[in-house]
Order: sequence, then structure tokens, then C-alpha cells
Amino acid sequence: MDAILAQLLNGLDKGGAYALIALGLTLVFGTLGVVNFAHGALFMLGAFCAVAFRAFITMETVTIDETQLSPWGSPLEVRTPMAEQWFGEWGAVMVDYSVPISILVAIPVMLLIGIAMERGLIKHFYKRTHAEQILVTFGLAIVLQELVKTFFGPNPWPQPVPADFRGAADVGAWIGLQAGAVTYPLWRLVYLLFSVVVIGAVFAFLRFTTFGMVVRAGMADRETVGLLGINIDRRFTIMFGIAAVVAGLAGVMYTPLLPPNYHLGMDFLVLSFVVVVVGGMGSLPGAVAAGFLLGILQSFASMTQVKALIPGIDQIIIYLVAVIILLVMPRGLLGRRGVMEG
Amino acid sequence: MDFLRLPKKDLITFAVFSVVVLTMPIWLQPFGAAYPGLMQKFVIFAILAVGFNILFGLTGYLSFGHAAFLGVGSYTAVWSFKLLTMDAIPALIFAVVMGGVFALAIGYVSLRRSGIYFSILTLAFAQMSYNLAYSVLTPITNGETALQLARTDPRIIDGLFGEAGAGLPSPSLLGANLNGFEAFYLCAVVLLVSFFIAQKIFVSPFGMMLRAIKSNQTRMSYTGFNTRPYALAAFVISGMYAGLAGGLLAITDPLAGAERMQWTASGEIVLMTILGGVGTMIGPVIGAWLIKYLENIFSAFNEGTLHRVFSFLPDGVEEWVVLIASKFVGEGWHLTLGLVFMLVVIFLPGGIMEGVRRLRAAFPSGSSARRNRRNELNPSAAE
Repeated sequence: MDAILAQLLNGLDKGGAYALIALGLTLVFGTLGVVNFAHGALFMLGAFCAVAFRAFITMETVTIDETQLSPWGSPLEVRTPMAEQWFGEWGAVMVDYSVPISILVAIPVMLLIGIAMERGLIKHFYKRTHAEQILVTFGLAIVLQELVKTFFGPNPWPQPVPADFRGAADVGAWIGLQAGAVTYPLWRLVYLLFSVVVIGAVFAFLRFTTFGMVVRAGMADRETVGLLGINIDRRFTIMFGIAAVVAGLAGVMYTPLLPPNYHLGMDFLVLSFVVVVVGGMGSLPGAVAAGFLLGILQSFASMTQVKALIPGIDQIIIYLVAVIILLVMPRGLLGRRGVMEG
Repeated sequence: MDFLRLPKKDLITFAVFSVVVLTMPIWLQPFGAAYPGLMQKFVIFAILAVGFNILFGLTGYLSFGHAAFLGVGSYTAVWSFKLLTMDAIPALIFAVVMGGVFALAIGYVSLRRSGIYFSILTLAFAQMSYNLAYSVLTPITNGETALQLARTDPRIIDGLFGEAGAGLPSPSLLGANLNGFEAFYLCAVVLLVSFFIAQKIFVSPFGMMLRAIKSNQTRMSYTGFNTRPYALAAFVISGMYAGLAGGLLAITDPLAGAERMQWTASGEIVLMTILGGVGTMIGPVIGAWLIKYLENIFSAFNEGTLHRVFSFLPDGVEEWVVLIASKFVGEGWHLTLGLVFMLVVIFLPGGIMEGVRRLRAAFPSGSSARRNRRNELNPSAAE
């Protein structure tokens, strides 16, 4: 029971990342009808927003303090990160909390990148075939990841968890189990909550705002909405930006769990596509549900007992499930009729 | 000799193509690419691209998992070297058969869906094979270390004919050693045969059927054809081509690693075909050659060579140019590749062959001008 609960939690945070990426993919597909192979690259760019932000605020200035001596007798070199130089005490907190704070940087940056991408490239591919959309965004993904590689190098960039969130939470005790029965790293819990909040925000935005209502109407019937005199294209462009922000935020918060490197996006992209297909192309709840579901399945498959039963299952479970679901339920779990058929 | 018959135009193409391939060691000399290792790659990847084109060019099904078959072919060939004999022929036969078997299994499942679903399914299968090759199947694939020959391999058939010599044996063809140019010519002959077969498929009724799947599958099924067996046959054939290419890769270098199956490798195959021109006979071959050639050139560049290239520029400018250009060469070759890929898809979706066609249309000469005039007079004959 405890073990099962622990695995369930383990799967949920990874599932959160899948769900966030798949949500963005589905938004883009549902609004613009474009299959975006560069979406994983947006996740990666988000992660590197955090890396760049931290690298910026920890740029050190060296001052020589004559009053103090280093152990070998020369004047002590004092290194102060830029943030501390500017903000003093607060600077230290800022460095500690660099990952959550870089969300504030990532939102405008990702929004701009998303809008630029849509206006600059994707716009010209609405009328082209899906194969060509796949190909051009695939090329874009390569370009983006190679650009990141030229600036940040090929090695991963570990990001620290803020000091307050290190260690594990005793989840077992919270729900009345024996203390220490189910412990769970605190930051993973934070990630899970964060993804739930972001997903909730996106759904609320679509459900309760006029903008969201128009977008939903446009997803159902683009032409009619256009005929009613609404500039649906502009709204869809903004939705693309929002999808980019969602992917970027997922990347920012994921950095302490997995040090990002330039091919992080590609690694997640393939999985997210599988998630989208399992959830049903064009269905937002489907994408979220499938994200969490596959995350949990993957974590169960990597239990030692399961691996002893079927060796290697942890490596292929997601793909296997995808294949089975597509064969049994061709539209995916919650797919709409008539999306991408024929 | 009925099976050798082809339309006259195709025969001419084939004859010219044969001459071009077989004289590679001569005409590649000015480009500095006439050494066996690179030419083998040219020829092998041409086979891969021709095979991929049978699927993507004719039926329009975009497979993102073709590298899996390449990897399977390589592993099979190396196992044939290890267990049976160092001869190339059984290795190639097994590689083709295994490529076909895998393609049959994957294709049977994937082809139940079309469009983007098909692409993602093939991608999922390829990624699955890649992950398996790295983890559970390590006894078969030797994981990260890659499958290699060893002195202690059984080599049953070779053992019957005599003692193994000292050192690692190398692949051979009916007793003749396959090194450098011999291996290149073996690959070249295989390429010519596969090219010819592909030409036959393109003009056959079967090829016609595949084209019909691409242009309108619904109409096809309303006419009473079950399209899936045809698409599956095309998938299997192109999987066999990929297996063949994988086997040849193993012959030129008896080492098989899982990275050959990664999906970026599949992407490269797609790229070759697109760059050359989807659905044309010669386009994918040109695409494969161009990419392998550029890869060879660009990844060999470093800042030193760049300084020499741009030495005619004034000093300050040169620094900047070299700084920027150095991002695109050497390690950064993939950046160039991605950019080229994007530019081709955006501006020239038909690839180089379409570029040639457009140029011809812009500067009509002799025969094509006459044809254009005739088409103007009789528009129905234009297609």
C-alpha cells in the first residue's frame, strides 16, 4: 500500500511535466491546426531561461579587502554575486530562489518567442500539408537546440532547489499513515502543485474569460467566428504565445529535478506527442489526463517487482500503451470525432 | 529478359546513373571526396533514401522511424559475421530479411492509422527499439559499447573451411577481402540493383496503386480497393532497403551501435529525401550525397581553416566573420543542417529537383520549349 502510494506520487510530478507540454501542444493544434514539433524546444528554452537568469544574477565582482587576510597571507578577495551587490540581503535570497523567480523572466520571454515563432514561421504553414508542418517545425527544433548548444555548451546545467524546499516531505504522516512510511522530495511536490495550478489557470482562462470563450468558439468553427467580425487570427497567435509560456514554465520549474541540457526538448517532445495522441488529438482534458496517466504508469513500471516480472518494461511502457490505445481506441482517450481523420 | 524492360527514358536515366556511380572515384577527386570511407557512405545512404522514397514519395506516408530498420540491419549483419561467416552475402540477405520482418510487424500496426498518427506511431516504435537496444536487449545489442566482432566468435561456416588467422577477421566476399575500394564497388553494385528495382516499382501497376493512395485514399477504397495491403507492401519494401543499407554499413565497418536507431537519425533520412526531391527517382540520391558531403566538409572545418578562407578580408571584419561562421561549422554543423532543412521546406518543398524544374521553366531550351508550346496548344496534354 505504502509502496503503491509512493509510486503514485512519483508518477504524478513527471506526469505534471508531460501534461503541461501536452496541453500546450494540444492548444496549438486545436487553435491553429498545426502540428508543432518545436514544442519540446520551447520547454527546453524555458529551462534555459532559468539557467540564464541564475547565471546573470550570480555574476561575481571581485573586490580586494585589505583589512582581511586569506589563510596564506595575501589580502582577501571578496566575491559578491551581482544580486547581492544590488539588493544586499535580499540578493542572497534571490540567488537562493533563482528558479521560482525566473518564472517572472520566463513569462514575457516565452510569450515573445512564441508570438515571434507564430508570426515569423508557423503563419505561413496553415495551408500546407501536415507533413510539411512537421518537417519545418522539426527543422526549427534542431536550429533552436543547436543555438542553445552554441551559447550554453553541451553539458547539463544543474540548478539548486531553494534551501527551504530541500529534503523530503512526510506525506504518509499527513494522511494518517505511520510517520516516515511515505516520504517524498519536497520540490517534486511543489512541481506537482505548480503544474496543477498552471493547468487550472489555463482551463479557467479558456472557460471564464471572454477571450477564452472566443478562442473556444474559434476552435470549434474558425470560419464562422471570423465571419462574425472577430479577428480570430490575432487571438490564435496569442494562444500560441500562451502555449509557449506554459511549456516554458514547465521547463523552468523542472530544472532542479533534471539538469537541463540542449537536447532536453527532444527527449520530452517524443513522449509528449505520445501523450497527446493517447489523450486524443485536440482534446485539452484528454492531454492532461493522459499526461498524468502515462507518468504514473511509467513510475509503476520502474518498480523493481514489476521489472523482475517483465524486464525492460520501464523503457517501453509509454510507447506500448500508446500503441495499444491507438489500436483499440483510434481517437485516443477523449478525442473528438472528426479531428485529424481520413 | 522481360523483367529488365523499362521505358526508354528510365533506361537512359539508369545508364547515366550507373556511369555516375561507378566513376565516383574519378569525378569526386576535384572535390577531395574520393576516398573509400566517404564514398561508401554516399552509396549506402543513397540506398536508404531511395528506399524511403518508395514509401514517402509514392504513398505519402511520412515515417519517422526508419532508422530502426537501419539499426536492425546492422545488428543482423554483425551477428551473421559473429555466428556464421565473414562473407558479405549471407550477412546482407539476413539484414534484408530482418529489416523486412521488422517493417512487417511495425507497419502492420502503424498503417492502421494515417497522417500524423502514422508518423507518431512509427516514431514511438523506433524510440521503443532504441530504448530496448540500450537496456534489456543488451545481450543481443551490447548496449552502449556497440556490437563488435571478437576473436572468440564461433563463425561456424568459416570454421569448416579452416583455422581462423591471428587477429580480427574482416568482411569478405566469396574469399576476396573487402577493403576500401572493393567494399565501395560492392555497395555501388548493390545501389544500382536497388535503384533499378525502385525504377521498376515506380513504373509498375503496383507503383500506380501507391500513387493513388497518396492522391486520394478515400476514392481508392470507394473504387473497391483495399489500400492497406499496398501501403504495407511499400512499407516492407522500404524497410528492406533500410535493412540492406544497415547491412552494408556493417560490412564497411563491422560495428553496430544503438545510436543508429535514434529518431534524429530517422529525421536525417527524411531530410535527405526532402532536400533532393520527394517522389522523384534521382532526387533522394542527390539529397543523400549532398548532406553526407556537406557533413564531411563542414564538420572538418575549424577556426584555423576559417581564418585561411576569410584571410582576404580586412582584419577587424575577418575576426567577426570568422566568429560568426565558426558557429556553423565543426560542432555546429547540425545548426547549418537545421537551417538548410527549414529553408528547403519553406521555399522549395519539392527539393532540388523542383529547383531544377523551375530553372528549366525559366530558361526554356530546345526540347522543353517545344513541349511547353505543345502544351499551350493542347492544354489537356499538359499533365
